[in-house]
Amino acid sequence: MVTISELRPGRKAPTPPTRIRIKPSRGYRVFQAVNAVILIGVVVVTLYPFVNILAQSFSSESAIRQGTVNLIPHGFNLTTYKTVMKDSMFWRNYRNTVEYTVVATLISMVLTTCYAYVLSKHQLKGRGVLIGIAVFTMFFNGGLIPNYVLVSQLGLRNTIWAIVLPNAINVFNLLVMKAFFESLPSELEEAAAVDGLTTYGILWRIVLPLSKAVIATMILFYAVSFWNSWFSAFLYMDRSELFPVTVYLRNLIAGATGAGGMNEGTSSDTALQVAANVQAVTVVLTVIPILTLYPFIQKYFVSGVMLGAVKG
Amino acid sequence: MSTPRTLDPPSGTRDAPRSRGGAARPRPRKLTWRRAVRRDWRLYSLVVAPLLFFAVFRYLPMVGNVIAFRRYEPGGSLFGEEWVGLHYFQMFWSDPTFWQVFTNTLILGGLTLLFTFPVPIILALLLNEVRTSSLKRFVQSVSYLPHFLSIVVVAAIITQILDANGVVNQALHAVGHAPILFLQQPGWFRQIYVSSEVWQTAGWGTILYLAALTTIDGQLYEQARIDGANRWQQTWHVTLPGIRPTMMTLLILNIGTFMAIGFEKILLLENPLTYPTADVISTYLYRVGVVSGSFSYAAAIGLFDSLIGLTLVISANYLSRRLVGASLW
Repeated sequence: MVTISELRPGRKAPTPPTRIRIKPSRGYRVFQAVNAVILIGVVVVTLYPFVNILAQSFSSESAIRQGTVNLIPHGFNLTTYKTVMKDSMFWRNYRNTVEYTVVATLISMVLTTCYAYVLSKHQLKGRGVLIGIAVFTMFFNGGLIPNYVLVSQLGLRNTIWAIVLPNAINVFNLLVMKAFFESLPSELEEAAAVDGLTTYGILWRIVLPLSKAVIATMILFYAVSFWNSWFSAFLYMDRSELFPVTVYLRNLIAGATGAGGMNEGTSSDTALQVAANVQAVTVVLTVIPILTLYPFIQKYFVSGVMLGAVKG
Repeated sequence: MSTPRTLDPPSGTRDAPRSRGGAARPRPRKLTWRRAVRRDWRLYSLVVAPLLFFAVFRYLPMVGNVIAFRRYEPGGSLFGEEWVGLHYFQMFWSDPTFWQVFTNTLILGGLTLLFTFPVPIILALLLNEVRTSSLKRFVQSVSYLPHFLSIVVVAAIITQILDANGVVNQALHAVGHAPILFLQQPGWFRQIYVSSEVWQTAGWGTILYLAALTTIDGQLYEQARIDGANRWQQTWHVTLPGIRPTMMTLLILNIGTFMAIGFEKILLLENPLTYPTADVISTYLYRVGVVSGSFSYAAAIGLFDSLIGLTLVISANYLSRRLVGASLW
């Protein structure tokens, strides 16, 4: 194939089509440069708020009030960190977050793994119904009020179970695991069955050891979502010593946005006095575990999303 | 329920008791429930706990919506005291605040969809053109980051940036503008909400598109070039059709969450001053129900909201299947 321009008379010998790819056109190089600038802009816009918060956390309150803190701390000090870290309620709530995350993730993993494994068995009678039961809840749910009434009536208020149980199975995660189990070669399980293993034995000794990657991914999915969650605790916990750290932080910003009056159980009057640097320090301390793990967990998250998309 | 397609597979007998030994037993043609349970009871036993979860925490609340038609008293029966028919529905139908939050929901939902849907596509296309893989990986890693943050942290960051002494007002000050209290003014809420939503979701949203882009056959580009297509035309005629199924799937999913829009973030950012633009159905029913204790009234609004959401998903899915042949189910 040759293009029209190559057939025009008066030109040099017709160039073979492969020549086109050797040197990118000027327009393309300009595009590449502009593209790189745009993407660097995206990076700057994404990171700017983080750096700003970090700078505020090391700055003095008066410097923040004067509006001089941008990307570099002004009036550098560690006093705010010391103050926040001395607050026993902060540590109490931090410990609650860890505790809630561990227990909730564990229970979620057990329930999700069991259900996903069963859903991956194509020969099982009633499988379609079981899938339907789960998938329907993705598109229709009871809503806030009936859930609230239910959890209250079950007597789960002010217990860890109000956070753990209502969110025990995430259907998206369930479908990711199901897709993974389906991709395992069935011959292994059949061979194990011939060797006399029961379903439980196959799941425990054959399937789970083969699924370490997806299990790690799912643990991260659940752990990050429980670590970050605040609303269940906000809704069902009345005493501040039961709050996770996200609710602690929420009560700080409630003072700043003036939304504090909406929640009874908390002392929003004191929250109104909270200085910006205290809020910044709390943000930094809350996200540190996630940010530290982030470089390592990011690829698992991406692979998990891809796996879910295959058969989601 | 016995469906004709659940025929007994010839080799799917891993749960048959081995102790019986004989393989010569004639297999029944049709698998009845009794036989299925006898063969697979261990598998069925694994679903008991998860099914209990779905029954209690997903389906029971759906049934619990009957309190929208019944008078509920705090501390009384889970399903209310007595039938009142459509009383609570008529109540919100004539409640001007309801129509205000309804309008706000549509506007905020529409704006969010308008911006958060195309931005990841554009970003993915730009990333796809990057030839320096280290730059590409760096941009990806950074742009995924906001996805991992708690919504409370995002709200805290927003309040800090938009504070009277925050970076935005510093920039305004630099150009000689008086400080603006963004979060106290109804006129700014939608811009703040939508732009922070883009900030949070743009990077993470590229993952599926980037995966879809790698599946496009390189020969298609080759042929387009031979036909004289420039890069822009290649993008328009090859790339975009290539990722259309992904686009449609994500669009339907986005539409599905349209009515439940940003509940947690709005709850964190709104205040009585910004209710005129910020308050949406979900936050309104939270205040009416949980804070003020009008459970039945709030449940009626919630049920109405969920039904609209369900209708939107079903119709979006139907339209997508008819128009572009891509659908969720």
